[in-house]
Amino acid sequence: MFKNLTVGRALVYAALLLMAIYYLLPLYVMLTTSFKSLDDIRAGNMLSLPQAWQGGAWVKAWAEACTGVECNGMQGFFWNSIKMTLPAVAISTILGAVNGYVVSMWRFRGSDALFTMLLVGCFIPFQVVLLPMAQVLGMLGIANTTTGLVLVHVVYGTAFTTLFFRNFYITVPDELVKAARIDGAGFWTIFLRILLPISGPIFVVCIIWQFTQIWNDFLFGVVFASGEAQPITVALNNLVNTSTGVKEYNVDMAAAIIAALPTLFVYMVAGRYFVRGLTAGAVKG
Amino acid sequence: MSASPSQGRLSVLADRWLPKLVLSPTLAASLIFVYGFIAWTGWLSFTESRLMPRYDWAGLLQYQALFENERWWTAAANLGIFGSLFILFCLLVGLLMAVLLDQKIRAEGALRTIYLYPMALSFVVTGTAWKWMLNPDMGLQKVMNDLGFANFTFDWLVNPDMSIYTVVIAGVWQSSGFVMALFLAGLRGIDDSIIKAAQVDGASLPTIYRRILIPSLRPVFFSVLLILSHIAIKSFDLVMALTGGGPGTSSDVPAIFMYQFAFTRGQLGQGAASAMMMLFTIVAVLVPLMYMETRSAKRV
Repeated sequence: MFKNLTVGRALVYAALLLMAIYYLLPLYVMLTTSFKSLDDIRAGNMLSLPQAWQGGAWVKAWAEACTGVECNGMQGFFWNSIKMTLPAVAISTILGAVNGYVVSMWRFRGSDALFTMLLVGCFIPFQVVLLPMAQVLGMLGIANTTTGLVLVHVVYGTAFTTLFFRNFYITVPDELVKAARIDGAGFWTIFLRILLPISGPIFVVCIIWQFTQIWNDFLFGVVFASGEAQPITVALNNLVNTSTGVKEYNVDMAAAIIAALPTLFVYMVAGRYFVRGLTAGAVKG
Repeated sequence: MSASPSQGRLSVLADRWLPKLVLSPTLAASLIFVYGFIAWTGWLSFTESRLMPRYDWAGLLQYQALFENERWWTAAANLGIFGSLFILFCLLVGLLMAVLLDQKIRAEGALRTIYLYPMALSFVVTGTAWKWMLNPDMGLQKVMNDLGFANFTFDWLVNPDMSIYTVVIAGVWQSSGFVMALFLAGLRGIDDSIIKAAQVDGASLPTIYRRILIPSLRPVFFSVLLILSHIAIKSFDLVMALTGGGPGTSSDVPAIFMYQFAFTRGQLGQGAASAMMMLFTIVAVLVPLMYMETRSAKRV
């Protein structure tokens, strides 16, 4: 099959192209649908282009669509997600960097066991912590708040970020640190002066990974934040599954794209690091 | 590590304790929020808790109720169907694409970007998009009807016997590109000289793939299996957005069962018991896979 170069290669390209269409189709359908009027949607089918490109659904999705009782669109929830994601990513990344530094460069008796113990947090199904977490957030008075969600994402994200940094620092030669210690450099000096300057790539990988995970999270959002404080994924689900009046598919699609834009943007800008994060996280699960 | 004598006593002391001190908040958080909470959920699953948590021992009551609950078995069966088909198709599609992309393709970068972008999306977005495309009135069915296939019907989304398969379709769309990326990285990691040697021996390209390259992907294969089964067992968002577990409870999965009993139906004990069952499932699937992964990694 591959011996016959021309036919074989044509087939390979055809198959790859077909797959590309398959992956792009939902994005195409979402985009075109979001620019159609409801009449337009009913008149054509999902593959047809809009007869007239209209931005009305976008305005409605952003500012007017109902996500339950409230009808203020996605805007407030978009900001909720930003207010949740940025601090959670920052805190969990910094914690991960310092933890990774300790478990790779400052190993002490039992530190490997402690690291393994920490890693278990990457594997558990989060359903098993939801009920106690709901109780504790209530006791702390931060149930249904963005602060509560930040705490949850930091707590359960740090196992991953520690893993990322540990796997990166373990490749740094020990001699570098030993030499610095002989020169009298302490714990923080070594971290700040020697390791931090070479940590750029792993920071990017870790930040992108955490950003995507936390922005896209639905489970914690739907359980720990209702009403005003819900993140955009929960709001989107409410918008789509709120069944009052006519189903406005164009608004649904515009809202879905709004919810996806930040992570899509990151993927487009830093796709290389995104893939590296996926595979790095994947090696250990 | 031993400190050098030139250091001051204080800094030696600091360097001995600082690492442990720095690590301790995370360890404490892990002890409480992971291990403590698992124990807490475990405890709840042995009580009669309904709307409010109660802590009187009630034995295996909740598990008994769970195993007599038909809906739980629907959810478990759906997880089996979804999990196996999702994993199977992701592996097939991912491996096929990786092999095809490995043929010194022009525009490989662009194609890879296209195959992988669904991974950047939230499962809720994916579910929303596919819910619209599989809509029996206006989605795929209408496209086929407009193309001239007047009798083409596609009602899986609202058909209780087929609804779980729509989750497979959307799930494979989202995750197969990722599997491709892992396999491709694995293929690229294989030493070129092996391939050259085989070619010299007169092996054809398909034979080289079948007999040499794909078998040497064993460790990657186990990683992929590990991740995919993890995604499958935890799957919640996608089902919520796509079918909501319906029609009825036909596409229910354990994660949705747990959520609804614990947080919307006020049956904390049932929720806790189902959560523990999910944990056991993950352990039962992941531990053997991890064992096989480390073993196969060592052998290669």
